[in-house]
Amino acid sequence: MTSADQQRRHLVVIGGGMAAQRLVEALVARDSDTDGRWQVSVFAEEPLKPYDRVALTSYFSARDADELTLGDPGLWDQPHVRLYRDRKIESIDREAQQVTDRLGETWNYDELVLATGSSAAMPPIPGNDLPGVFVYRTIDDVAALRGWVEAKREEGKGARFDRPVRGAVIGGGLLGLEAAGALKALDAQATVIQFGTHLMDAQIDLGGGQALKRLINDKFIAVRTDTVTQEMRPSRRTGHVGRLDFGDGGRLDVDVVVVATGVRPRDELARDAGLAIGERGGAVVDLSCHTEDPHIWAIGEVACIEGRCIGLVAPGYAMAEVVADRLLGGQATFPGADTATKLKLQGVDVASFGDAFARTEDSMEIVYADPVAGIYKKLVMSDDGKTLLGGVFVGDVAAYASLRPLQGSELPGDPSSYITPTGSGDGLAGLELPDDAGVCSCNNVSAGTIRSAVTEQGCTDLAGVKACTRAGTSCGSCLPLVKKITTTELEKVGVEVSNALCEHFELSRAQLFDAVRVAEVHTFTEIIDRFGYVPEGAADAGRGCDICKPVIASILASLGNGHILDGEQETLQDTNDHVMANMQKDGTYSVVPRVPGGEITPDGLLVIGQVAKDFGLYTKITGGQRIDMFGARIEQLPQIWRRLVEHGFESGHAYGKSLRTVKSCVGSTWCRYGVQDSVAMAVELELRYRGLRSPHKLKLGVSGCARECAEARGKDVGVIATDKGWNVYVGGNGGFTPRHAKLLAEDLTSEELLRTIDRFLMYYIRTADRLQRTAAWIEDVEGGLEGVREVIMDDSLGIAADLDEAMSRHVGAYRDEWRAVLEDPEKLSRFSSFVNAPTTPDPDLAYASERGQIRPATPQERDADEDLIRPVLIAGTTLEVRA
Amino acid sequence: MMNAGATTRSEQTSGPAPSTWVAVCQRAELGVERGIAALVDGQQMALFRLRDDSVHAVQQRDPFSGANVMSRGIVGTRQGEPTVAGPMYKQVFSLRTGACLERGSYEPVDDSADLRTWDVQVLDGVVHVRAPHNGSVEDVKS
Repeated sequence: MTSADQQRRHLVVIGGGMAAQRLVEALVARDSDTDGRWQVSVFAEEPLKPYDRVALTSYFSARDADELTLGDPGLWDQPHVRLYRDRKIESIDREAQQVTDRLGETWNYDELVLATGSSAAMPPIPGNDLPGVFVYRTIDDVAALRGWVEAKREEGKGARFDRPVRGAVIGGGLLGLEAAGALKALDAQATVIQFGTHLMDAQIDLGGGQALKRLINDKFIAVRTDTVTQEMRPSRRTGHVGRLDFGDGGRLDVDVVVVATGVRPRDELARDAGLAIGERGGAVVDLSCHTEDPHIWAIGEVACIEGRCIGLVAPGYAMAEVVADRLLGGQATFPGADTATKLKLQGVDVASFGDAFARTEDSMEIVYADPVAGIYKKLVMSDDGKTLLGGVFVGDVAAYASLRPLQGSELPGDPSSYITPTGSGDGLAGLELPDDAGVCSCNNVSAGTIRSAVTEQGCTDLAGVKACTRAGTSCGSCLPLVKKITTTELEKVGVEVSNALCEHFELSRAQLFDAVRVAEVHTFTEIIDRFGYVPEGAADAGRGCDICKPVIASILASLGNGHILDGEQETLQDTNDHVMANMQKDGTYSVVPRVPGGEITPDGLLVIGQVAKDFGLYTKITGGQRIDMFGARIEQLPQIWRRLVEHGFESGHAYGKSLRTVKSCVGSTWCRYGVQDSVAMAVELELRYRGLRSPHKLKLGVSGCARECAEARGKDVGVIATDKGWNVYVGGNGGFTPRHAKLLAEDLTSEELLRTIDRFLMYYIRTADRLQRTAAWIEDVEGGLEGVREVIMDDSLGIAADLDEAMSRHVGAYRDEWRAVLEDPEKLSRFSSFVNAPTTPDPDLAYASERGQIRPATPQERDADEDLIRPVLIAGTTLEVRA
Repeated sequence: MMNAGATTRSEQTSGPAPSTWVAVCQRAELGVERGIAALVDGQQMALFRLRDDSVHAVQQRDPFSGANVMSRGIVGTRQGEPTVAGPMYKQVFSLRTGACLERGSYEPVDDSADLRTWDVQVLDGVVHVRAPHNGSVEDVKS
């Protein structure tokens, strides 16, 4: 331990939820600027890293806890941060400044933060402890609910009446509606039981609630309002919950009940420690988030601030930022709760902000309602009709993101223009947010911060602004607005926001792909004559460049136009595709024979070894389970290929925007854990997709079991074996910004797997931007991963058959591209060193010996010119390496 | 028959520079918009034939990497100017003057970022380049 470590003060955080995560993130980010004053220990009751509870419902479709992980998981690997999972704190000793965990271990603290959050409230209804009654708060709750519904469905299949699982949700608030959506996603029936007069009565008014009910009914979810649940009764047969009895005498048969009637702060530690507790629970704190104990703070849903606990994430984040600032000597105070909310239920849009109930004296309400369409919009304005106080949006929330930040500001023009169908476009378009208007409430980012990301920090696109400001990186509901501000600002500073490929084409890659496909044109000249951009005063669009030509080469290849070096196509190919090998720093090439799935025979190894030896090539094992041979001169390439072809190999696409490799683990044939033959699947996939040209490079991986030794989730398409078949993940990559692939579909048969990957790849190839990898592309697809899933699994665009056919054309048309060169004298003639001395090696090439192999000589070695190895004529192919 | 484009270029060269025309190859050996390297008096050059059948010669050495690869770059245009892009790091050079038009964030490893050029003429379908005695970039460009 260094002396600096000894001087560090110890911060203990109790609770590992979203507020705790934000506190540590903010503290660490700022503390490292000041050399670090804090050692941080976080004690979480749940066994997971902090996850995005707001997005809990998505766990139903994703089924992957990783996807809910918050922020950068690397936060917990930092040297002065420790996360103790599954380590509930049992007591606080304020006198000794110590806490004791469930294992009986005690921990000293200098400062203590309570971030224990809430638990789901369980109303005292008789029968609330029956099997089949659930709350909706943690990943475990969601997993248990899912398991129950699936088990009930299996039971139902054997029964005399094959009926769906019947579910009820008690509570018609935000969480209750999400739970009902979750039940529907599990193919269960859902009825929402609401005690109050209308749904979401804490956020929206009666008019909005009625419109919302219509929208919810459209999702085949039943709603009972003004209903008290008196008792939950067990089924006589099973003892599980079987019926709900209501105060009005009504009954409802059920197989599962979700209780979502609200949350209660987890303030038991604070109570036991003798801290002041609010009227309705929660540790009382002042605006600096201090409790009455000078060394104890409280943040998030457990904190009773301004007299109440707030069950929303944005105020919790704000409190976390306040405490981080105070711990570092700042004077921040809680800015007041932003209680704006947005329902995250697919196809049902509800949002409200500010004074949604018009409680401000003399305030005015402007309402637009279309009951047929299920639309209700209301603005609450000050008595003079000028200042925006709040709003409610149901069915059409387009204006929400733009208007919410203007709460408290004067709205220019007629307020009704912002919510009436004809006016909304004009009104919103002219809006200019003040710099201090909050845009992203999750991360507390103002419009001014976003503007300065463009004007001062040089961000030139939405992705850059997101990375720089964190705006839109949590719940994402503000993204349209972030994008709008970013675009406006970019235009102001003169950065043209254009998706034009280059000076020759005003189209994006995806637009050009469609144009070429529909127009059925097959050469670059036809394409640029027809779709190229002709500047004013110029006679034509010119002859392309190193940007658009490779894009068109890729498009033509994807649409099946023969060999990539046929005719004019050869002039379009980028550096490596141009000679079908990888150019290295000295202008020579590397050759990577295809080894499908990484499976190779001993004889195959000998062939590659002998070729490398005969041509004096440096060899190295690649990251994609291949063998790379370096130092091949352009005029040697055909000879090397010929040797490979003679022995049953082909060279491989270790270059270009194309399928690279399919990596695999050894799988069930040898591995004692493997559950499927991952090697056979990898070989099949590589042979199927080899030669496929795409917007960026494509890598695949196949693992034979959940241990994932092939690291398939680091690939664009990762396949992981299960007992029942294959799970397929998409959108992973290594490189500059590593990404984990996300689950697209589960338990597929081999046939279903191929069809799914066929469609995924073909949809990507047709619609992605130039150099856009699958991860970024998925984000850009409308609806994200879910949108992609709808297109390729549910055929929501009706293009699945077309995608299938395009892929089957590719698979059928594939030929060994290198062999085709060997068989074509015209193409072969390009592989000469000099037109007037076709076999003379580049006289400037020079190599030094290192670790028994060659490498290009450094400039210093060239100047000294001692003992360098020079290439010799092609007839004697060998470069001798002296030991 | 002399090529129109090449004629213009040779006329631009002022004065009777002490030089000789060297036959390099048949024009038919050059693919349109696809370069090829040539070795003339020990000097490596990259020859490019454009759509109008004009032929241009620039140095084969890429000033930004020091590798002899310019003939393998993509031919195109920038605002109508015929160009080649370096295959290594994608700088863009004029095929007429050799000037580096776009260098990105790279610095050349050579003294000049521009490419040396040679005069070219096509006689009876044979490509000739003018090889100046002890020629340097200045000699050719002046």
